[in-house]
Amino acid sequence: MQIARETLLRSYRAMRTIRDFEERLHVEFATGEIPGFVHLYCGEEASGVGVCANLTDQDTIASTHRGHGHCIAKGVEVAGMMAEIYGRRTGVCQGKGGSMHIADLSRGMLGANGIVGGGPPLICGAALSHKTLKDGAVAVAFYGDGASNEGTTLESLNLASVWRLPAVFVLEDNGYGEATGASYACAGSQKARAGGFGMPYLECDGTDFFAVHQAAGEAIAHARAGNGPVMLHVHLARWYGHFEGDAMTYRAAGEVAAARADHDCLTIFRTRVTQAGLLDGTELDDIDSAVRDEIESAVIAAKQAPLPEAADLLADVYVRY
Amino acid sequence: MSKKSFRQAINEALRQEMRRDPRVIVMGEDVAGGHGGTSGTVDAWGGVLGVTKGLLTEFGEDRVLDTPITEASYIGAAAGAAATGLRPVAELMFVDFVGCCLDQIMNQAAKFRYMFGGKARTPLVIRAMFGAGFNAAAQHSQALYPLFTHIPGLKVVVPSSPYEAKGLLIEAIRDDDPVIFLEHKVMYDDEEEVPDEAYTIPFGEANLTREGDDLTIVAFGRMVKLANEAADRLERQGISCTVIDPRTTSPLDTDTILDCVADTGRLVIVDESSPRCNMAADISALVAEYAFDALKGPIRRVMPPHTPVPFASVLENLYLPSVEKIEAAVKAAMGHRVPEIA
Repeated sequence: MQIARETLLRSYRAMRTIRDFEERLHVEFATGEIPGFVHLYCGEEASGVGVCANLTDQDTIASTHRGHGHCIAKGVEVAGMMAEIYGRRTGVCQGKGGSMHIADLSRGMLGANGIVGGGPPLICGAALSHKTLKDGAVAVAFYGDGASNEGTTLESLNLASVWRLPAVFVLEDNGYGEATGASYACAGSQKARAGGFGMPYLECDGTDFFAVHQAAGEAIAHARAGNGPVMLHVHLARWYGHFEGDAMTYRAAGEVAAARADHDCLTIFRTRVTQAGLLDGTELDDIDSAVRDEIESAVIAAKQAPLPEAADLLADVYVRY
Repeated sequence: MSKKSFRQAINEALRQEMRRDPRVIVMGEDVAGGHGGTSGTVDAWGGVLGVTKGLLTEFGEDRVLDTPITEASYIGAAAGAAATGLRPVAELMFVDFVGCCLDQIMNQAAKFRYMFGGKARTPLVIRAMFGAGFNAAAQHSQALYPLFTHIPGLKVVVPSSPYEAKGLLIEAIRDDDPVIFLEHKVMYDDEEEVPDEAYTIPFGEANLTREGDDLTIVAFGRMVKLANEAADRLERQGISCTVIDPRTTSPLDTDTILDCVADTGRLVIVDESSPRCNMAADISALVAEYAFDALKGPIRRVMPPHTPVPFASVLENLYLPSVEKIEAAVKAAMGHRVPEIA
C-alpha cells in the first residue's frame, strides 16, 4: 500500500518523539526529580505509531501503564505530557494523573491505565458509543501480553464479538508481563483465542512500521466497515525494564542489546524510506533535530512550571457534588 | 398521578428519560431478556424482576442491550461509553456481583474526572438490587452502599419508596457523574402515588418523613419505612420522633442531620448494612464531632451483626433491623430501661 509522504514524515516524527521522550525520561528519572512510577515504551514505537497513523481524532484509543507512546502517537501534546510526569499544574491532567493516567479526550485518548486489563472493557464502551452515535469512528484497545490473560480482556473479546463492535484489540506482545515471560504465562495461542471469540486475527513485526501500518490498516478498515472486532498481535521487544529502576535480571544476556542493534524501528524505517527514495536522509535529520529541541524545551518548561495548588486537591472529584 | 409500584416507578423513569434523550441506553443481563439476540418485537423478561420490561419493544435493541454474564466487561463498557458520549444505565442485577467488576467502578469510572485533571465526564448510572429479606442468603442479600460511599467520585442513591425512586433515578440519569442506584429487592411491589410526568429529586437533600421533638431517627432505603412504623408506635407512647431519609449516602446531607440532632438531642441510626464502617458509624462520628454538646445521651445504632446474611428465615429475621428493634433502641436512647432485643 502506498503511504502518503505526509504520513511518513508525521509517523517518523512521532516515533522519534516517543524515542527521545522516553530516553530522556530514563535519564531524568535517575536524578530523582520525577515522582512515582514510570514505564517506558522505547523499542515499541512503530506499534503505537503504525496503528494510530490509521486513526483520526474522532477514533478512540485506550492505553496501558506503558502509555507515553500511545499518547504521543494519538497526538497528545508533548510539553503537557512532560509537565504531567513532573507533577506540574500545567500538565495535561494538571498534575493529578501522572505517567500512568495521561489522557486527552479531545484527541480520542481515553487514558493510560494503571490497571492491567483496564482498557479493553472501556474500549468496548467507546466502540459502543461510536456504533450507537453512528459517527463512523472505531475504538482501539492497546494491551500487553500480560493483560491478554486478564479476565477483563477475555470478557471484552467476547462482548465485542457479541455486540459486533467497531473495535480493534492491539496486543502488544513484548514477551514479558512485568518480569514473567509470556511463554510461561500465556497458555495456548493468541490466534486461537481470537478464533475462539469468532474474530479475525492478524499479526505483524512490531519493529517494522510498514508492517504494523498495513496490518492495522486492514484491521481498522474491517472494524470501521461494521464487520466487527479484530485482534492484531504485534510482536515487540521492550528495551527497558517493566518500570524504571528494574534491573532486568530476568532477561537473557545480550537480549536487549540485540534488539537495539538489529530491531530498532527508527533505523529500519530510515533505511527503508531512504533506499526506496520515499524520503531524504536530510529530511529525517531535520526531524531528529527539531524533536531534540522540542524535548529539551519540554523538560526545561516542565521543571520550571508551577506546582499544583492546595485548592486543586479538592477540585474535579465530581462535575457537581 | 396514580398508584405505582417501585418496579413501575423505575421502569417509567427509564422510559421517560430514554424518550427525552437518545443518548440514554440500558444494558445488563436479561434487561431485554430471553429474546435470543433477534430483533425488537419479542419482549420477554425485562430483567429478572421485570423492571425493564417493555423497553426493548419501544426503543429497540440498539438502546436496550442484553449482555453476556460478564460483569467486568459490560460495566467497564458502560464506563467507557459514558466517557465517550452516551448516558448508559447499566443493571448489575444483584449488587453483590460488584465483586466481579469493582475495578471498572472503583478504579475507572469513579476516577476518570480527577485523574484526568477535570476533563472527563462520566454520566453513568449503575442500578442494582440490594438487601436482605428474600432468603437469598450471603451472596445475594448484602447492603453494600457503604462500600460505594467510601469511594470518591461516586454518588450513591438509596431510594426509600416508589415516589422517591422515580425522581431520584431521573436525577441520576441526568447527572454527569457516575451514580450507583440501589433498589431494595423487597420493595419492588410496594405501591404509592407517583406522578405520571417526569420529575427530579436533588441529591444530597434529605427528606424529613416526619418531625418530632424528642429524638431523631436516620434511616436508609427500606429502613425508612420501618423507622416510620416504629415512630407511629412510639408516638402513641408519648415519644415524638423526627425521621430523616437522607436519600443519598454520597453526597450526604450532613446539615439536616446535625440540625435535627441539635433540635432533639437524641439520635438513633437504622442501617441495614454490615456494622463496621457503615453509614451508622459514619453519621455517629459526624455527630460526635460536630453536635456533641447537643447530645443528651448516647447515640444508638440499629443494624445487623457482623455476619454474612443467613439463609433460614428465623436467622434472617434475627439478622435484620425490625420495627421492634428500632422501637427498643429509641426507648433506650430516651433513657428508658428496656429489655434488649437480639
